[in-house]
Amino acid sequence: MPSLLGHGELRNSERELQQFQLRIGIAGIAMLVGFGILVARFVFLQVVEHDHYRGKAEENRISIVPIAPNRGLITDRNGVVVARNYSGYTLEIYPRRVKSVEATIDELSELIEITPRDRARYKRLTVETRNPESLPIRTRLTDEEVAKFAANRFRYDGVEIRARLFRQYPFGDVGSHVIGYMGRINKDDQAALEAEGVDANYRGTDYIGKSGVEASYERELHGTTGFEQVEIDAAGRGIRTLKTTRAQAGNNVVLTLDMRLQRVAENAFGERRGALVAIEPGTGAVLALVSKPGFDLNLFVDGIDPQVWSELNSNPDRPLNNRAIAGVYPPGSTFKPFMALAALETGKRTPKSTINDPGYFFFGDRRFRDSKPGGHGVVDLHKSIVVSSDTYYYMLANDMGIDAIAAFMKKLGLGARTGVDLQGEALGVLPSPEWKQARFKRPEQQKWYPGETISIGIGQGYNSYTPIQLAQAMSTVVAHGAMYRPRIVGHVENPRTRERKNFEPELMQQVPLRKEWVNFVKQAMVGVTKEGTGARAFAKAEYTSGGKTGTAQVIAMKQNEKYDEKKIDERHRDHSLYISFAPVDNPIIAMLCIVENGGFGARAAAPISRTVLDYYMLGKLPPGMQTPEDEFEDDKESD
Amino acid sequence: MELARIPVQRIVLRLVEGIDATLMVLILSLSMLGFAALFSASYDTPGRVLSQFVSLRIALTAMWLTAQIPPQTLMRLAVPAYVVGLLLLVAVALFGDVVNGARRWLHVGVTRFQPSEMMKLALPLMLAWYFHRRESSLRLRDFAFAAVLLVIPFGLIVRQPDLGTAALVGAVGFYVIFFAGISWKVLGGLAGLFVAALFPLWGMLHDYQRKRVLTLLDPTTDPLGAGYHIIQSTIAVGSGGLSGKGWLNGTQAHLEFIPERHTDFIFAVYSEEFGLIGNVVLLVLYALLIGRGLMIAAKAATLFARLMAGAVTLMFFTYAFVNMGMVSGILPVVGVPLPFLSYGGTALLTLFIGVGVLMSVQRHRTLVQT
Repeated sequence: MPSLLGHGELRNSERELQQFQLRIGIAGIAMLVGFGILVARFVFLQVVEHDHYRGKAEENRISIVPIAPNRGLITDRNGVVVARNYSGYTLEIYPRRVKSVEATIDELSELIEITPRDRARYKRLTVETRNPESLPIRTRLTDEEVAKFAANRFRYDGVEIRARLFRQYPFGDVGSHVIGYMGRINKDDQAALEAEGVDANYRGTDYIGKSGVEASYERELHGTTGFEQVEIDAAGRGIRTLKTTRAQAGNNVVLTLDMRLQRVAENAFGERRGALVAIEPGTGAVLALVSKPGFDLNLFVDGIDPQVWSELNSNPDRPLNNRAIAGVYPPGSTFKPFMALAALETGKRTPKSTINDPGYFFFGDRRFRDSKPGGHGVVDLHKSIVVSSDTYYYMLANDMGIDAIAAFMKKLGLGARTGVDLQGEALGVLPSPEWKQARFKRPEQQKWYPGETISIGIGQGYNSYTPIQLAQAMSTVVAHGAMYRPRIVGHVENPRTRERKNFEPELMQQVPLRKEWVNFVKQAMVGVTKEGTGARAFAKAEYTSGGKTGTAQVIAMKQNEKYDEKKIDERHRDHSLYISFAPVDNPIIAMLCIVENGGFGARAAAPISRTVLDYYMLGKLPPGMQTPEDEFEDDKESD
Repeated sequence: MELARIPVQRIVLRLVEGIDATLMVLILSLSMLGFAALFSASYDTPGRVLSQFVSLRIALTAMWLTAQIPPQTLMRLAVPAYVVGLLLLVAVALFGDVVNGARRWLHVGVTRFQPSEMMKLALPLMLAWYFHRRESSLRLRDFAFAAVLLVIPFGLIVRQPDLGTAALVGAVGFYVIFFAGISWKVLGGLAGLFVAALFPLWGMLHDYQRKRVLTLLDPTTDPLGAGYHIIQSTIAVGSGGLSGKGWLNGTQAHLEFIPERHTDFIFAVYSEEFGLIGNVVLLVLYALLIGRGLMIAAKAATLFARLMAGAVTLMFFTYAFVNMGMVSGILPVVGVPLPFLSYGGTALLTLFIGVGVLMSVQRHRTLVQT
């Protein structure tokens, strides 16, 4: 054909070909530019941003599944288990996987019994727990229930049975305030864990110690959470386990507490309210710490019933309150031995100096009456303690002045937290002009009136201390001034390696006390048990002990205590106190016992103290209580 | 034996006569890479590899047959192919099956196929034939007529809706018009018009198509919805790094984070396992293929052959560029397979017939007309 084309046409055709080839060239360049853009993009993604995307791919691929550690056991000083774990089955709903939680619960209730209480508890858990993976609708499933659900499992998407470890307290309410209860990790707990930077260790953990040793030794008890790295697909299904880091069980916590002694003491209180703190002088080990009434710790282990919870909180006897460390009481006459010691140490009195006790003391035109009408006649320091002469101590307080009293009592740790290893300790009040200045707002209230010093001498007035402060002060005195920090926990132990971490007795300070004066006060307190106010309670005791009764006036009703009219009268009665130590030489126990509204110290607190000391000194059980071995045997198990 | 060997040799020679060795080596290399990636992506559905192998055999046969046909003969197919293609597209619009909200498939006996796929070759064939007929007296109105020929199938495919195929069909038609010599002025004017038309076009898009474009601009706005594809495939590419995670070791692919990992997103699988080095190898193979195609076009004897070869070659480029751009997150997600690598018989057939056209043009580059 070209041969047929004319000259012009041929040139035209050649030009067209050239133009075509130019456009082919342009296309080639366009291709190179396009591929260049792609290469630039690949370099950006695969070299520059490679680490970022590699991380993303790993995040996609690997899911970290926490393995909750076994919580450490709590045992008493003799190895008696007071808190342990048992494995139980729970029926759990995964809220994010079900359409309607309500409907799911309704469906489940056709198969497995779900009480309104369970529903209420579930609701509470929903409110309390932040972003829950799953929440139990039922706990402690029976084997039969487990089998029943397993057979019908396909019908319930988003519901699963889980084996969980629960806390169990073999003694129920005995020592409840010391041991403490567990509760689900709530939003506040979570925030605290995050603030401390340990929240990662709590992934997979649902419960946390809320009070007592369970709370204050939470870090020891909890253990280290293990992790399983699981490769998952886009649907979140586990394909295989890549790596497992085993969980490490929490440490076992060994209390200084003697659970048998604790039980004897709680038993001795019966239904009465009050507190008792027994400390080992020279170590600070807390041997018993009672707050009555108590509560059953087992109520809390799988999420407390809201109704029970509100009952515990609204109960006028306030069972959740740990009176031993958070209750503040006027010491009454149990204050007198400390006053006597203060008098000797400051030189305001000598053992031989006497006063005449007519049954009252005049300060200006105010008359301070002695509890014994007509008085005790001629009274020296020894007798002042034995017979509990008020007049003696009115005069003494007046002579010493508030500053000297406050200075001495402060050395014994009164009005300051003891630093015991439990949470929620109260401060108490050590009265002084400085305290009053800070406490009140109006100038006329802030002034310290000399008349106020008088009743301080007999442990009344503004005096108010926690039972543990008084027990610690007693312990410090009989240990000749060696003040130890009270300790609930003696040591912790790794359950696997058996490696022990001891908490050595911590000497907080050595209060300078003259041995002679300490012995004098001790002897006076022995006098109390022999011929004084405690003589009846300690009749025929087969060991030596010293003590001092106290009767504290309940001056005013507390704010939140005026609901039950019948009880008001009872709650107006005096508190009964007894402070003691035994034996006289090298005491091994110092103790404060208070029975709320128990009347005279000799009537309620002294007999309880006698029972406790009888057991501690002699192993003697009060009538009606079984021998401890019989009852404890079942509970003696490890792990 | 002597006698027996000679015919075998002759048969083999006859068989490979129309085959361009360069093109053959390139597409077989690409197919091998495709099988490697497909094997990895099909760890749970091994049947796909076999099925792709069957498709490859069919496609190779089709390519060989096409390569035997001289361009002049091909030209005769132009009008019938175009008309049948159009009729089928209309049939799809009337009786087609709806899959994933789009009416693309037509039942033909026991099997289904997408007539839009056929248009990828029928349209350039038609346009090249038209320009060839009007050669040496091309006016602006010829280009206008060509544009009409383009817009009809394009519009039908857009309506299905199948944006990916429509874009490819439109592009390949445009390449013919471009190579036919449309003046730069007109081209500039059209480009301006196109930009101006973007806004009304936006209004015509389906919701999911708009979403795709929007999530391309910022995939994180919809990480579990429309952005998911882009995010996951970008992670796959980026995590591959320089040398890749190794064959069969891609976690994104194997743990099903990559959607459509056999077909449109197979590049994510490939790139994750072979890394930047693998990507560059792939790009070089494509560049050589396209370069060879352009060379064949430049040396082609007739206008028809030139236009056909040029358009088909640029179609390969468009496929590759759009697909890799999409997987690496610089282009919107449109349904465009990666040429010679993606799983799927129809696409493979189109591509290999395209290669067959190139081979035919190359073989018949010298004028053998009387």
